[in-house]
Amino acid sequence: MKRHQYRADALIEVLHKAQELYGHLTEDRLLAIAHSLHLPPSRVYGVATFYHFFSLTPQGEHSCTVCLGTACYVKGAMELLATLETESGLRAGSTSADGKLSLLTARCLGACGIAPAVIVDGNVAGHADPEVMRARVRALLDED
Amino acid sequence: MEFQDLQIMAEQERSRRKAIRIHCCTSSGCQASGALELFHQLQAAVEAAGQSERVDIVGVGCMGFCGQGPMVSVEADGVLFEHVRPEQAPEIIASLDGGPCNVKQGDHAHPFFARQLHIVRRNGGVIDPERIEEYIAVGGYQALYHVLHEMSPAEVIDAITRSGLRGRGGAGYPTGLKWATVAKSPGERKFVICNGDEGDPGAFMDRSILESDPHLILEGMSIAAYAVGADQGYLYVRGEYPLAIARLQKAIAQARKHDLLGSQIFDTSFNFRVDIRVGAGAFVCGEETALIASIEGRRGQPRPRPPYPAEHGLWGYPTLINNVETFGNIAPIITNGADWYAGIGTERSKGTKVFALTGKVRNTGLIEVPMGMTIREIVEELGGGTPDGTPVKGVQTGGPSGGCIPEALFDTPVDYESLAEVGSIMGSGGMVVMDATTNMVEIARFYMEFCMDESCGKCVPCRTGTVQMYRLLSKISAGQATAADLATLEQLCHLLRETSLCGLGQSAPNPVQSTLRYFREEYERLLRKRVTINLTSR
Ligand SMILES: Cc1cc2nc3c(=O)[nH]c(=O)nc-3n(C[C@H](O)[C@H](O)[C@H](O)COP(=O)(O)O)c2cc1C
Ligand code: FES
Repeated sequence: MKRHQYRADALIEVLHKAQELYGHLTEDRLLAIAHSLHLPPSRVYGVATFYHFFSLTPQGEHSCTVCLGTACYVKGAMELLATLETESGLRAGSTSADGKLSLLTARCLGACGIAPAVIVDGNVAGHADPEVMRARVRALLDED
Repeated sequence: MEFQDLQIMAEQERSRRKAIRIHCCTSSGCQASGALELFHQLQAAVEAAGQSERVDIVGVGCMGFCGQGPMVSVEADGVLFEHVRPEQAPEIIASLDGGPCNVKQGDHAHPFFARQLHIVRRNGGVIDPERIEEYIAVGGYQALYHVLHEMSPAEVIDAITRSGLRGRGGAGYPTGLKWATVAKSPGERKFVICNGDEGDPGAFMDRSILESDPHLILEGMSIAAYAVGADQGYLYVRGEYPLAIARLQKAIAQARKHDLLGSQIFDTSFNFRVDIRVGAGAFVCGEETALIASIEGRRGQPRPRPPYPAEHGLWGYPTLINNVETFGNIAPIITNGADWYAGIGTERSKGTKVFALTGKVRNTGLIEVPMGMTIREIVEELGGGTPDGTPVKGVQTGGPSGGCIPEALFDTPVDYESLAEVGSIMGSGGMVVMDATTNMVEIARFYMEFCMDESCGKCVPCRTGTVQMYRLLSKISAGQATAADLATLEQLCHLLRETSLCGLGQSAPNPVQSTLRYFREEYERLLRKRVTINLTSR
């Protein structure tokens, strides 16, 4: 925050940084941010909930994000997602009870040339095959 | 930095080049296909073969043929390798001296390459985007020098106006006119913003340009800043594009180090700083007033225009906002002249357009073609038709604000007016090809869901209208709807178009209307076979 000189317009940059450091944003952290940027908490909360990027709940240790953008959709992303939902027992957008895996969706990762695209723990995989992805998700869930 | 210094740097860079230069694409698309590992293996193979004196392995930006990645090319003889696996690296190095090589080779004479015309993407896949020296070696920053020393701001604006360049962010507003408005708006300060939010699903042109040639955009922004009288710029980039952000950060640091950004650039009184702002996943932030709100640290909600940002923009100051690709055209126009640019394209749409060709098409990737090429040429010649050779059904352009164009209209040339006439838009340049297996009602439903999720919630028609339309489309899709539902859907289309606050709501009906216009039978087939009760005649 010091880097941004406690300026109110740095709010989004600060939220990015906080999420990067802690994984997700808790109410306490939002309050602390509001306090030091001299902003009303409602403003901070409003911004944090407006943008899809910020998460107010903890994310799983691993994440698997399936792109549902048009190019991926046309190339069978829905079937891919359904396979992974069945395999993990998770609905898209949720995290397993043991905190192992979050199954997420995205709208275009900009990797449409290699559709369908999936991000596993930050690495993009292209031409994703349901069977291969099913095995990867299984491996993430079973790992200890 | 003086002009001579630029030339010296360029000369030094050229003279340190080795006899053979091998390009390995290290952009996002190819990275996802394992390009980084390949890059290291190529370096190791050069070393193992004792060829380090002679061969250079260079990580370059996107070559365009992302579906065939990872891509490797040998500069001098123009050999192109596709789908290269890391373990094939030694084979490629051995092939330089005539060794046998079974790596799949691409063909430069293929229409996918041969029919393109590269202006914005001319350095893509040719230079290392992480080294400013390479950009300078291909003539980079000379246009900026020329502008600062030999042209007045008014002359720059005149050149851009005469070139006929129109905004590539979707609406196609004449760029010269926009610059002139900002230049003449009174304000103590002015800002230049580059819109790199690229939220349309199925589009990745801007990402690829930013990753492959970041200095081209910085140079374009600097020229714009000089023309309109701004001293601060912002590059707004989607958070989903980490590689583009990293490369831009590097590029800005290098430009600063060489005094190409900062104070007294090229020993003139021109000062210009650029900062990056990272988006946080909201499609509506691509809309200019929402984007400005987001840079100010607020929720990205659009506000009614006028006043336009050109008069009342960032923190209330006159602000120029252009798309990435628009800025990418600036330096080439200055270098080659407005007349050269105006000679490319059609009567009202000049220059080239970059498209992301994806979906059910054999050759997927990025293409840059002159305006006026027909959709048929793009899909069938460059794209090579569908992978299994079945007929193409249609193509979707313009993302959630665009429409579906049926095969029967494929002779439509791509220019702003012609695409609007057939009920779609140029948009940012996504082109998703669809075949017989693609369900058009589902596509319309998909885009409506997108607009519903992305509606910022500020205006009622968009916030609730998209929900209603989505429900109706779901009902139709499930075979539960009646003809009356379809009529309601059509009414809602008009309502949203007429009454929404910003472009998101106004254009949200486009995918529905265009699929209804060309593929109505797909909707009707799904309607319940039930006599509709006419309530009014009761
Ligand atoms: C909902 C919505 C989303 C938009 N998204 C983008 C975008 O992702 N990138 C972009 O350059 N312009 C986008 N625009 C257009 C911008 O508002 C603006 O017109 C454009 O950045 C101007 O640049 P140009 O004149 O160079 O095209 C969007 C507009 C709307 C209404
Ligand atoms: S649509 Fe999936 S990466 Fe673009």
